Amino acid sequence: MNTIYILWLRQLKRYVRSKARMVGSLGQPLLFLVALGFGFGPIYQKAGGGNYLQFLAPGVIAMGILFTSVFMGIEIIWDRQFGFLKETLVAPVSRVNIMIGRTLGGATVATIQGVIVFLMAMVVGFRPTSWLAFPVALLFMFLIAVLFTALGTAIASFMEDMHGFQLIVNFLIMPLFFLSGSLFPLDNLPGALATISHMDPLSYGIDGLRATLVGSAHFGIPYDFLVLSILVAFMMALGGYLFSKIQI
Amino acid sequence: MIQVTNLTKRFGEFTAVDHISFSVKKGQIFAFLGPNGAGKTTTIKMLTTLLLPTEGKIEMNGVDPTQDKDGARRSFGIVFQDPSLDDELTALENMEFHGILYGVPRKLLKQRIEQLMKFVELWDRKDDLVKHFSGGMKRRLEIARGLIHHPKILFLDEPTLGLDPQTRNHIWSYIQDLNKKEGMTVFFTTHYMEEANRVANEIAVIDHGKIMIHGTSKALQEKTKTHTLEEAFLALTGKEIRDEVAGSSDQLRMRHRIWTRR
Ligand SMILES: Nc1ncnc2c1ncn2[C@@H]1O[C@H](COP(=O)(O)OP(=O)(O)OP(=O)(O)O)[C@@H](O)[C@H]1O
Ligand SMILES: [Mg+2]
Repeated sequence: MNTIYILWLRQLKRYVRSKARMVGSLGQPLLFLVALGFGFGPIYQKAGGGNYLQFLAPGVIAMGILFTSVFMGIEIIWDRQFGFLKETLVAPVSRVNIMIGRTLGGATVATIQGVIVFLMAMVVGFRPTSWLAFPVALLFMFLIAVLFTALGTAIASFMEDMHGFQLIVNFLIMPLFFLSGSLFPLDNLPGALATISHMDPLSYGIDGLRATLVGSAHFGIPYDFLVLSILVAFMMALGGYLFSKIQI
Repeated sequence: MIQVTNLTKRFGEFTAVDHISFSVKKGQIFAFLGPNGAGKTTTIKMLTTLLLPTEGKIEMNGVDPTQDKDGARRSFGIVFQDPSLDDELTALENMEFHGILYGVPRKLLKQRIEQLMKFVELWDRKDDLVKHFSGGMKRRLEIARGLIHHPKILFLDEPTLGLDPQTRNHIWSYIQDLNKKEGMTVFFTTHYMEEANRVANEIAVIDHGKIMIHGTSKALQEKTKTHTLEEAFLALTGKEIRDEVAGSSDQLRMRHRIWTRR
């Protein structure tokens, strides 16, 4: 328990101390909110979709969480290069606990980023329809965060350095984001895209967020929650397993 | 305490450690010497569960580190050759992190941290981020951290590299004291022969992944018909400079390294 706590705390301290990174990772969501939110707003309205910013904001919140959490997971590669990873790997505690602590720490950071994006969206004009649902939204944010931090950890477990990083951004994070229904509704999609977006784990996170924050759902909250929970459990197990096999 | 039989590690075609066998008795201070790239660090990594051996058997404090990893990890502490601090944390936070990871009780932990950080003269810098420390300060902190919990076996991979003679002596006297008082077994590597000569009860020399000789400093000198450990070492391992591929994080050593092609 102490192990998990101290690793969680470490992730948080590192986050709080790197202001540049914190601010830097907010630029992209802000750009999406402003450019897409206002740019596509009029067309979306004309097509009968309603207020696009209301639709978009949950997707952009999820995007902020997605990027931050994958990076938090992948950070293990830095620890490997700067040598700190060794220190945790020889400690007389189960590596699974180490992985859990790191992941929860990273996920907490990513969730905080998500809340900041949420507040940014409010500044731009987004209004959640129900504040009562906010705790549920927070839960969805956290589930998304844990899922993708664990995914980052799993990937980082067999990467020796940052060379493959661009590959991950372009062939994993970007597709996960763009195919998830973050920018467009999942209803009435053409066949192939519909199938793909239904296989994208992030779709369920975004749907859950959208359902809680603005009351429009494709799958429905219970289904979103179920799918995410199963994926989180699976990814934690996989990440934990791969992490415990790391050799240096 | 440590029993190694036919231990081998291959990286692809290259054999870094080649069927070595040796044993270290409880309470011994054991020096593992060898030129650059001889296989010292690789051996230590296998003993400390960071690398899986390609072949061979290890028994440490009665357990096999390849089978019972957690069991083995409970029995040792280690100071790595390469940097292993978290630069974004303060010196004190690095120490606390270690203590909690190793399950040192709170009160004892506070005491030991203060005592050790005073000992390595970093107590007044305890709240500084490690990234602002000099190489020698980082090294001192790493050694202090390795001594927070008192393990049955302590691995030190070139612990005194980059430290001035005063600090080296200071630190060794502390370790020798622990060795006497708590019967802690010490397994260390170094390139300072006088250091090995002074503190080790037992020495093994490894080169090209093979153990060349094993015995006391005196025995080594007698066998090679030399008068100092350094001469014995050179007689055993030759005078050529080793062509060595360094790890990228290996900055401390870089200053000392000469790049040559064999
Ligand atoms: N991960 C690895 N992949 C490939 N080769 C490796 C790896 N790790 C070590 N080696 C090689 O194994 C050999 C032994 O390395 P090792 O680090 O054990 O040497 P050492 O005795 O500790 O040397 P030094 O005194 O320079 O620290 C070297 O030739 C090194 O290049
Ligand atoms: Mg070495």
